Amino acid sequence: MTVSIALIVIGVLAVAFGLLLGYASIRFKVEADPLVEQIDEVLPQTQCGQCGYPGCRPYAEAIANGDDINKCPPGGESTIKKLADLTGKEAKPLDAAHGEEDVKKVAFIREDECIGCTKCIQACPVDAIVGAAKQMHTVLTQECTGCDLCVDPCPVDCIDMLPVEVTPASWKWDFDKTPKGDIPIKMVS
Amino acid sequence: MKLTLSSSPHLRTKRDTGQVMRLVLYAMLPGVACQLYFFGWGVMVQAIIALITAIATEAAILALRNKSVIRNLSDYSAVLTACLLAVSIPPTLPWWMTVIGTFFAIAIVKQLYGGLGYNLFNPAMIAYVVLLVSFPAAMTQWLPPVSLQATELNFADTLSLIFTGFSVDGMDITQVKTTIDGITSATPLDYVKTGLTQSQTYSELLNSGLFNSSVADSAAAGWSWVGLAYALGGLLLLRLKVISWHIPGSMVLSVIICALLMHLINPDIYASPLFHLLNGSVLFGAFFIATDPVSASTTQKGRLVFGAMIGFWIVIIRTFGGYPDAVAFAVIIMNMAVPLIDYYTRPRTYGYSRGKQ
Amino acid sequence: MFPEFEDVVSRLDKGQLATFPGGVHPQDHKALSNQTQIADLPLANEFVIPVRQHIGTDGALLVRVGDKVMKGQPLTQSNQPFSVPVHAPTSGVVTDITQHVTAHPSGLNELCVVLKADGQDIWAPLSPCDDYTALDKTALIEKLCDAGISGMGGAGFPTHIKASANNEVEFLIINGAECEPYITSDDRLMREHAESILTGIDILSYLLKPKCVVFAIEDNKPEALDAIRKQVVSRPHVRVVSIETKYPAGGEKQLIQVVTGREVPRKGLPLDIGVTMFNVGTCHAINDAISFGKPLIERIVTVTGKAVKRPGNYRTRLGTPVNHLLSQAGYLADKQKTPQVIMGGPMMGFTLNDAAVPVVKITNCLLVPETHELTQGEDERACIRCSACADACPATLLPQQLYWHSKAREYDKAQEYNLFDCIECGACAYVCPSEIPLVHYYRKAKADVRLELDEKAKSEKAKERFEARKARLEQEKAEREEKHRKAKEARLAAAEKPARKAADATADPAKDKVAAALARAKARKAAQAAQATGEKASAENAEATTADAPQATEKPAGNKKAAVAAAIARAKAKKAAQNAETAETPSDQVVTPADSPAPATAPANDRKAAVAAAVARAKAKKAAREAEQQSAPQSDSSAPATKPVEESEQAPAPESPDVSAEDSAAEAKKKRIAAAVAKAKAKKAQKENENKA
Repeated sequence: MTVSIALIVIGVLAVAFGLLLGYASIRFKVEADPLVEQIDEVLPQTQCGQCGYPGCRPYAEAIANGDDINKCPPGGESTIKKLADLTGKEAKPLDAAHGEEDVKKVAFIREDECIGCTKCIQACPVDAIVGAAKQMHTVLTQECTGCDLCVDPCPVDCIDMLPVEVTPASWKWDFDKTPKGDIPIKMVS
Repeated sequence: MKLTLSSSPHLRTKRDTGQVMRLVLYAMLPGVACQLYFFGWGVMVQAIIALITAIATEAAILALRNKSVIRNLSDYSAVLTACLLAVSIPPTLPWWMTVIGTFFAIAIVKQLYGGLGYNLFNPAMIAYVVLLVSFPAAMTQWLPPVSLQATELNFADTLSLIFTGFSVDGMDITQVKTTIDGITSATPLDYVKTGLTQSQTYSELLNSGLFNSSVADSAAAGWSWVGLAYALGGLLLLRLKVISWHIPGSMVLSVIICALLMHLINPDIYASPLFHLLNGSVLFGAFFIATDPVSASTTQKGRLVFGAMIGFWIVIIRTFGGYPDAVAFAVIIMNMAVPLIDYYTRPRTYGYSRGKQ
Repeated sequence: MFPEFEDVVSRLDKGQLATFPGGVHPQDHKALSNQTQIADLPLANEFVIPVRQHIGTDGALLVRVGDKVMKGQPLTQSNQPFSVPVHAPTSGVVTDITQHVTAHPSGLNELCVVLKADGQDIWAPLSPCDDYTALDKTALIEKLCDAGISGMGGAGFPTHIKASANNEVEFLIINGAECEPYITSDDRLMREHAESILTGIDILSYLLKPKCVVFAIEDNKPEALDAIRKQVVSRPHVRVVSIETKYPAGGEKQLIQVVTGREVPRKGLPLDIGVTMFNVGTCHAINDAISFGKPLIERIVTVTGKAVKRPGNYRTRLGTPVNHLLSQAGYLADKQKTPQVIMGGPMMGFTLNDAAVPVVKITNCLLVPETHELTQGEDERACIRCSACADACPATLLPQQLYWHSKAREYDKAQEYNLFDCIECGACAYVCPSEIPLVHYYRKAKADVRLELDEKAKSEKAKERFEARKARLEQEKAEREEKHRKAKEARLAAAEKPARKAADATADPAKDKVAAALARAKARKAAQAAQATGEKASAENAEATTADAPQATEKPAGNKKAAVAAAIARAKAKKAAQNAETAETPSDQVVTPADSPAPATAPANDRKAAVAAAVARAKAKKAAREAEQQSAPQSDSSAPATKPVEESEQAPAPESPDVSAEDSAAEAKKKRIAAAVAKAKAKKAQKENENKA
């Protein structure tokens, strides 16, 4: 008798809590972005393909499916850290096989050497190069992600990757980067 | 010569950390003088032992951590910790206990947590509690005021007592402690606590023994003078803006209110606010311990909460706890709560609407 | 929280002022420079005028190198609401328009106009206005904008924007607080030009129609207070208030709080709470601009500090290099162990990296301290959490928490503690006993956060563009497939009839199209075959297409489509032929001409030459690459660097006879490019060699 009461009580409780939990899981469902979206958000969107995938989103999908998080040189250390937070994986140093973290660069076409072959236009993943066949091409610096993909196709090697110059607007209070002068004035005796 | 570059502001107050600590040390002088006057040379000897230990420990650990020894010692924080501990412990405590306590304060509580600024707890108070828990007997052997002491302790006696456990004449601490009346002395707090447990009433206790000694200059008065002298030093710190009024103010007020409430409920078993305030280390703690910048709350509202809660815990622990005094415990408990207090007492930033952070 | 207008006014009348939390009281050192009258600074020989001296966008340049300009002539023009022009500070010749170091803490270069003074100092024609009330609001505001006036207190916000506010203005506050130590330019200005300032205020009142005008001056400037009070006797609507001396009382938000008790909402503007504020210097400049028609070409600059012989205030032309100003004030180099010049005050000013920096619209002070004059802590120690910073913070932030989070680069947490509400006044760092450069940490954190946001926006855009491109490529592919399908159908249809029939029907335009399509299809097929098979591409195929192509071109004119198709076909054919000849060319090098109509219009000769050049380069590239590969294993370090150059220079040789027959100019170009390629290759090879070494 006692045993059956205990069983019934436990059973009823189990059902009650089960229902409660079930209800709670529906009622308080957290609408999270799918993981791929979140990962894609973290990636630098250079679309450079250095990770071995054709673009950032495919890599995001690969990470969601268990690929390593340390294959993105443009994102570097900080991206790996964010990915580690997001995926719960351990932050690893950047995989050197995919390249090294570098200062931010943008492509620059030496325009008088450009022959207008449009190869770089086709290579650019973000359409940041304008030009037409047999016409000189140029890079939209604002849109360039510095992915490097246009450099190799150029038959005349007229594309340079130049580091983004620091402007007063993008200066980070780093006095070491400031050129220093002196006071070249006449001494007043 | 190239132009030098630096970030604004290019102007600073001349008050640096070392100066702040030194000011606190100076402000302790009235209290220490009072202790010397009422309780003899002990406190000075303890201070010297603690100082040497503190400086040696700090230097050794700084050297181990590859930090500049001179530069970090010059912030006087180790000196201050040593002094705070030295005035908190019984003046005749065996020297090695003081050494252990000081070492613990500096090495474990401060440096292991990352050095100055990173310690969670007040080093002097943790050291005090560690000693109290480890050596409960020795840590409660308080001398009666000099005027009540049956045997006068000179400097040599004190030294001998601290380093050998016996005075020059061969008396041990319990013998030394005996007052002229032949009663083994206790602190007023201790006395009242013991008395209350023996179902004496508070008013009875106030008219007996320790408080009713034949000597006009009562023991309780001795303790109270010390507390008041520290309060004087504390007021000096307030005046110099080394500390803000929030913590001492709220702490003292909280002790008064809590004690008053309880005293009003049952004056027979709960001591009066004045008794709580003037005995033990409430005043000393309010101005010198709880205001330790590193381990105290940092927001203004937070400081009020921090001080008030310390006051609350002091009265509670004194009344219901196992130990007669409670400042150290109360401070440590609230040290733990500081991050929480700070988080929830963030001030409203300029331009933000009230209620919404 | 939000005192009503009537309450504020009645309090002001009773002389009750609110206060702001925190604040510090540094020694003001104002007596050093406010004892003497404002002196006129002799003209410099050369002026450097930064194109942008305010918050906002640059104006468009109006002058070119070599132009002769008159004093006050605009050098740029305002073409956007947030741009403000700059003017020539004196008459002279524009010698250069270049990147030059400017008044910015970074010491980096910005676009500047360099002007060589001719010493005549002749004004351009001015248009003074005796009665501003005769002008309407828009005209006045336009005049303000054209005069190049932006806030002269520090931030440099364009004045015409502020003055053209449409909100109801309850309080017009004139900021004469000048709370920073050392600076006395506003002090002297108020003493000596009170009338001008108040006329400026009258103009602003006319524009903004404020319910109440408050002139706030810190109580450490009794002479300035007196001078202004004397002037306001005739203007009873202006209330002069003497405010408590406390740094940073002159901060816009703080002064508003002191005067009105109101707080500017976060991310809001003073106008949102019915307040607008102008600096006394700005008022003076407004009067100059309206009453005398003079654009903003000079300002009062305090030159002070114990390392100058004659500290004081100097009426300085904008663009005057700092070293000219310093030499006039008597810089005492031996008083400074390490030279240091601060532009602005000691609390918020920045150190200059070069004395060639010009004076700009916001330059109110040059501080040249002698060694140890400023107690600048270099000795950063551990934070002891004393919260002196929080007690000093006028924005009631928790500087200490901001510090921990900024230092640890936990920027999201720092922002949770309202990092961006910090006004960088420096009060926290001033009081810090551990001498922590708190503001520097915040600035770095802010810069990082801003850049991070920029990056994020950029990557968002890159993603969008990438997606758009992908979609476009897919669409193109689909279209191409559709075309192929149609072409196939057409071919099948054509195959039913005899081929000759199609050729005969040249007169019929409809058939013309079919023929053109056929030709095109054939050409493409040939090209594709050539691409796909590479070496296998037969000469026959190429010949066939070339034979087809002329046919298409011979078709009657007037049919543009046919012509284009023909051109494309021709190009394809040529390429196919070349592919067949030079099979080593990578197949992906062939451009799909469908992408652009250019080849149809380009002259055949040029095209041929260019193609030849490209082929030559490709060969050179290949040769260089081979050279690299060959030379890489060699142990001789100099060989790889030089070998590719030789090889690549020789590489184009086999092609040159063809090209010289075409055009010698093309050849020259080709050679130059080939040389460039060779250089690049050599560089690359060398780099690789270095890496290997």
